[in-house]
Amino acid sequence: MTLSNPPMREESRVRSMTDFYLTMMRTAIQTQFQYRAATYMYLAGMVAEPVIYLVVWTTIARSQGGQVAGITTGGFAAYYIVWTLVRNMNITFTPYGWEWRIREGMLSGQLLRPLHPIHYDIAEFAGGKVIWVLLYLPIALGLTLVFRPTFNVTPLDVAVFFVAIWGAYLIRTMSLWLLGMVTIWTTRGSAIFQTYMMAELLLSGRLVPLQLMPTWAQSLADWLPFKWTFFFPIEVLVGHLSAASLVVGIGMQTLWTGIGAGLVWLFWRASVKHYSAVGN
Amino acid sequence: MFQSVGVAWLYLRVGAMNELQYRANFAVALFQSLLALVVALVVLRLVYSHTAELNGWSEPELLCVLGIQILLGGVISAAIQPNMVRLLDEIRDGKLDFALMKPYDSQLLVSVREIRIWQTVDIIAGVIVLGVAVGRLHARVGLGEWLAFVALVVLGALMIYCFWLILATGAFWIVRMDFVAELFEGVYQTGRWPISIYPDWLRYTLTFLVPIAFAITVPAEALTSRLQLGSVLASVGFAVLLVAFSRWFWRTGLRHYSGASA
Repeated sequence: MTLSNPPMREESRVRSMTDFYLTMMRTAIQTQFQYRAATYMYLAGMVAEPVIYLVVWTTIARSQGGQVAGITTGGFAAYYIVWTLVRNMNITFTPYGWEWRIREGMLSGQLLRPLHPIHYDIAEFAGGKVIWVLLYLPIALGLTLVFRPTFNVTPLDVAVFFVAIWGAYLIRTMSLWLLGMVTIWTTRGSAIFQTYMMAELLLSGRLVPLQLMPTWAQSLADWLPFKWTFFFPIEVLVGHLSAASLVVGIGMQTLWTGIGAGLVWLFWRASVKHYSAVGN
Repeated sequence: MFQSVGVAWLYLRVGAMNELQYRANFAVALFQSLLALVVALVVLRLVYSHTAELNGWSEPELLCVLGIQILLGGVISAAIQPNMVRLLDEIRDGKLDFALMKPYDSQLLVSVREIRIWQTVDIIAGVIVLGVAVGRLHARVGLGEWLAFVALVVLGALMIYCFWLILATGAFWIVRMDFVAELFEGVYQTGRWPISIYPDWLRYTLTFLVPIAFAITVPAEALTSRLQLGSVLASVGFAVLLVAFSRWFWRTGLRHYSGASA
């Protein structure tokens, strides 16, 4: 008896990919839900970062008569409360995770699977987010009561926000995958990762809303992918953006996701050839 | 007593020698510490480009706070946290049995087994930042103030150690505690700013639940002529309380430990 796969039709390919993603995400949701207490503690540690920024800038805004660079205390509160939501969406497989999966021989196993390994990462982390975001909502409510944010959102903003957080997730996944693949070539990639993380911290709006940065830094940020992963989605929900900026933003996210995916595709082909298995 | 100190010293030496094998890690630690410093200085510059003082603290004064935070952070990541993380892992895996079977005080042993000497670059970086900051202060810092500062920083490190030990001891009851290190690092970042800027609920948390205020803000007060006798007494009193409580809690936890090894 011979086994041969009939050529798959485009329609059933789409259906099987959708099925794959849904199954992976469902599994990830169930896994994450088991460890909800631990996840909560991670969230608590994560919330410390924006709360500190928020307190500092609120203090300054108060001493300046209520606002800094046009942002009111309520505006800062809104920015940093949405910040954690977007930060959660931005969590993806890190370069340090890559070091681990090469060292432990996990990557060798993943190469045997029929799909490109990036699909597994995207689906798994996407599923985890459902739990993280759900768990963050009560914290967000608490922060809202304490810091009194002012939102100025339309239903359109909310709809765009829902798209933009996934755009941010994809851009960041592509970037970190590119960095991660560096570990196939060298075991000393940490200097590169850390420099990247610093650039991201400063130019993405993660540290402060970009309006507070010097003008040259803002222009620099326009040319880099970072601000589309933090600043843009946050601003969408805070509600400062015109319809035109929303369209431009989603367009830029699509562009950067495309560039990222292309680079991942190219770099992956070269890296896989270079890869030699480690592990047991 | 002397024997215990001898054992602790021996452990630290072995730990240091172990680390010395991996010299390239020095470059990694140095680079990491430099980047962190750059970010911290950028934040400070950003803040003071929008205001002249933050809740009464000038830029050099806040630089003092930053220096102390980096310095103490170096102590934590070189000597405190690695031991406590190892303790957490060993409680979960049941390997703590090996430490408990040794004929010395178990709390001492679990606290001195790891030393990350390359992380001491943060201590040096902190001292440099502190030196620059003090040089830029308007008021001169007298000898008495320096002595008070050193004593308060030592007390602060002791309090952070006790706090970490209390957290790690929690693993005798709650198995999955691997989030603790991240949680602590997140909360520790609050120490970069004077405690007075935080809202009340957070200020009390950062004073009595996590002793960040005593460990960083109070020593900074000593250098910026803000120190009051009340703060010193509170600091000493709270340190004594924490030492006693963490000791008692450790012993209670140990009685709860049944080993998890095969």
